[in-house]
Amino acid sequence: MNFQTTIGLEVHVELKTNSKIFSPSPVAFGDDPNANTNVIDWGYPGVLPTTNKGVVESGIKAALALHAKIEQHNHFDRKNYFYPDNPKAYQITQSDKPIAHDGWIEIEVDGEKKKVGIAEMHIEEDAGKNTHNPNGYSFVDLNRQGTPLIEIVSKPDIASPDEAYAYLEALRQRVQFTGVSDVKMEEGSMRVDVNISIRPYGSDKFGTKTEIKNLNSFNYVRKGLAYEEKRQQQVLMSGGTIQQETRRFDEASGQTILMRVKEGADDYRYFPEPDLPALAISDDWIKSIGESMPEMPGKRRERYVKELGLKDYDAMVLTQTKEMSDFFDTTVKNGADPKMTANYLMGDVNAYLNDQQVDLQDTKLTPNNLAGMIKMISDGTISTKIAKKVFKAITQGEESVAWVKSKGLIQLSDPAQLTPIIKGVVDDNQQSVDDFKNGKDRAVGYLVGQVMKQTHGQANPKVVNQILMAELKSR
Amino acid sequence: MNYFDTDLTTLHTKLVNKEITSEQLTKETLATIKADNEKLNAYITIDEDAALATAKAVDEKGINADNLWAGIPIAIKDNIVTKGLKTTAASKMLADFNPIYDATVIEKLRANDVVIIGKTNMDEFAMGGSTETSYFKTTHNPWNLSKVPGGSSGGSATTVSAGGVLAALGTDTGGSIRQPASFTGVVGVKPTYGRVSRWGIIAFGSSLDQVGPFTRTVKDNAALLNIIAGHDDHDMTSSDKAVPDFTAGLDGSVKGMRVALPKEYLGEGVDENVKKAVLDAASTFKSLGATVDEVSLPHSKYGIAAYYIISSSEASSNLQRFDGIRYGYRAKDVKNLEDVYVRSRSEGFGNEVKRRIMLGTYSLSAGFYDAYFRKAAEVRTLMINDFKKVFEDHDFIIGPTAPTPAFGIGEDSNDPKKMYMNDVLTVPVNMAGLPGMSLPAGFSNDLPVGLQIIAKPFDEQTLYRAGYAFEQATDFHKATPEIGGDK
Repeated sequence: MNFQTTIGLEVHVELKTNSKIFSPSPVAFGDDPNANTNVIDWGYPGVLPTTNKGVVESGIKAALALHAKIEQHNHFDRKNYFYPDNPKAYQITQSDKPIAHDGWIEIEVDGEKKKVGIAEMHIEEDAGKNTHNPNGYSFVDLNRQGTPLIEIVSKPDIASPDEAYAYLEALRQRVQFTGVSDVKMEEGSMRVDVNISIRPYGSDKFGTKTEIKNLNSFNYVRKGLAYEEKRQQQVLMSGGTIQQETRRFDEASGQTILMRVKEGADDYRYFPEPDLPALAISDDWIKSIGESMPEMPGKRRERYVKELGLKDYDAMVLTQTKEMSDFFDTTVKNGADPKMTANYLMGDVNAYLNDQQVDLQDTKLTPNNLAGMIKMISDGTISTKIAKKVFKAITQGEESVAWVKSKGLIQLSDPAQLTPIIKGVVDDNQQSVDDFKNGKDRAVGYLVGQVMKQTHGQANPKVVNQILMAELKSR
Repeated sequence: MNYFDTDLTTLHTKLVNKEITSEQLTKETLATIKADNEKLNAYITIDEDAALATAKAVDEKGINADNLWAGIPIAIKDNIVTKGLKTTAASKMLADFNPIYDATVIEKLRANDVVIIGKTNMDEFAMGGSTETSYFKTTHNPWNLSKVPGGSSGGSATTVSAGGVLAALGTDTGGSIRQPASFTGVVGVKPTYGRVSRWGIIAFGSSLDQVGPFTRTVKDNAALLNIIAGHDDHDMTSSDKAVPDFTAGLDGSVKGMRVALPKEYLGEGVDENVKKAVLDAASTFKSLGATVDEVSLPHSKYGIAAYYIISSSEASSNLQRFDGIRYGYRAKDVKNLEDVYVRSRSEGFGNEVKRRIMLGTYSLSAGFYDAYFRKAAEVRTLMINDFKKVFEDHDFIIGPTAPTPAFGIGEDSNDPKKMYMNDVLTVPVNMAGLPGMSLPAGFSNDLPVGLQIIAKPFDEQTLYRAGYAFEQATDFHKATPEIGGDK
């Protein structure tokens, strides 16, 4: 029997705002438990939420990046459930009328392009964190409580684990480009809930879906889905039935393991949040946010290939993050050759970032300094060998052109300066001259090396070669 | 002393002229309310030390001649959080709860050098109409100790009625200020929803709750609303509409004003003496040059059902935070998390609160939401439209505040449906977010009867104008109960 697969992805993205969604407490990580909390975050008697306008603005940005329709009159709802990390015993979220719906993003798998629909996108607050101590005590840290989230729910358009991977990658990139979130799974600013079902080809009824938890990277999402897809096929082929259940992905074995079988749906008793007036989003607001939206990765890739002559692959690598892409654009704008800039960013810069384990925006590198360096290479002011030193200097915050000047590293290309040095070297190495005359070309390399030694590596090898050959021939 | 023969302006003048200090006033007030509390149980907490300290500090600073409330003792309902002063909502759940912040209305009172004298008894979490559901005590009506003072703000109404203080704050979700004002013969105002900040009010029905003043006179009431009203950045449902001086324009005139008298408000279940008081009030307004028309609010009859669904649904969610984890009551010897929740809440909440939580939880449940919560919300819209229609050609509405005068302690406490019917005339005002007032308008078997006045949203000025005119034309507000003061 042949099956077709349907995958649903619910992606939570943590928004990068200064304060929480409904309280003025700072959004920050790594502080002491409950350091970034106040009476609102504790669900203290008498407190009320106040909507952070910045969160709504971020929501609109994300929605626009996902081509979603903005619901201009939307409201918050309460989702009621008891849990210690949920101090009000309700989460303020959007259920009835989310801020955006019916969007799409384009994905590409094996050269095939496809649009994946987005059913809805809503804004909500994150919960705190419970930790359990072996001594029997449990602890509640509410620092994360109230961190703004957007949840993006896909339409049942994703048909394979590879498409799921491509969807997550495209989604991550687009959201990352809006600047509303870091969208890093490893830091928890992007979280993915996955469900999958299969059905016989041609059947118009979806199969029973299972949920997979503990998918902590895009790769694990793909692996977990692939395993689960196969498992479901085997169950059905051997005459079994799929039950609605939650399974956990085991990273070590690459398998999904049954956690619990779902019996009936949870009843969260959603109702409109009475403490917050409905959100009214004006045309003007949407328009002004739309105008401030950065160019999206797809558009940038197209431009890099068509206008700047980069290879598809290079264009793709450079548009992984907005920071890298912005850095590239600014460097080129400052006069650097696009291809050389791309090579440096993908080569030396990436190597440096990997080595230092930092993000581009957290280094001392600037587009201006990189452009300065590349321009000096292009016009022969420095050699690529010297450029290695310059690169090291600009990673430490040095200004490239000024640094090259101050260190006297400008390449010697002036024949008037080089000729006496070359003549001196030839005079001092009669043996090499003889060797050259006897057809031993290796002698040239030795002599060039001597010139380089005397000029501390600053001589322009091209010019040295020209003068040296002329000199040797004249002897 | 008692506050029967004085008013805010008189007291303020005495304070400014140093005929009396705030400290003396506070001492005398404390003596009265402490003595009265034996019989009335109006207070859960009397904050003697802090009240005296505040009074002394105000005296030292000097009474600001422009600040009517400087140095005046005021009582606060115990569901309004006060920093460092126990705030219980009359529940075992919060029996030892000491808030670390002040409600916005408390901040405003403190900024006006008001002396906070204590926290008044109420129905548990403001759920009730008799102050009998308090975990701590039952408050007695000063006019007849065997009667309830109404509720849920029964303690605040009682202490003002008994002359213990000049003014008190209450909260009103479905009539909790106006009904006890009616039962105890004082002036109680529920402002427009959004007129006063709810920050620091222990939430009951968030879309209905409002804070408001109890006083002996209409003018004092307006003066108290003056200092507690206004937009608050902490409360997004508070209005940014400008706050006028509510004491301005109180000239006794209602000439040419158009008064509406809804026929539904004098229907079945309304006590004959109450009916008479309202019809007399209509005559009074006519004699003052107003016109009175009978009107209809056809959806009023669904008000109680819709109100109890909406308020209980919101309450069921609002009260979930009392889970025994972070503050408040936690059951002893619990075995696991579920135990903490189930036992803390079972032991910490009283029966009426549990009843409402169950009612609300049921109304919001999957499969029942459309039939209950959604339907109630639709009814609410129809009720709002009823009022809009009447206000198209009327300035204010009059009617009874409650169908009957105060009933006996224990009389209705085991019959929730009968108890809920008491709110039939007050809940429509909350459902529509309107401002409403109850003021003394007569007696039935020696128990006070209140007249309810309802105005357009944010038109408290008309409420006060009409109330003041009625008060000046009648003597009901001059009557005082036997109990109270140093009589």
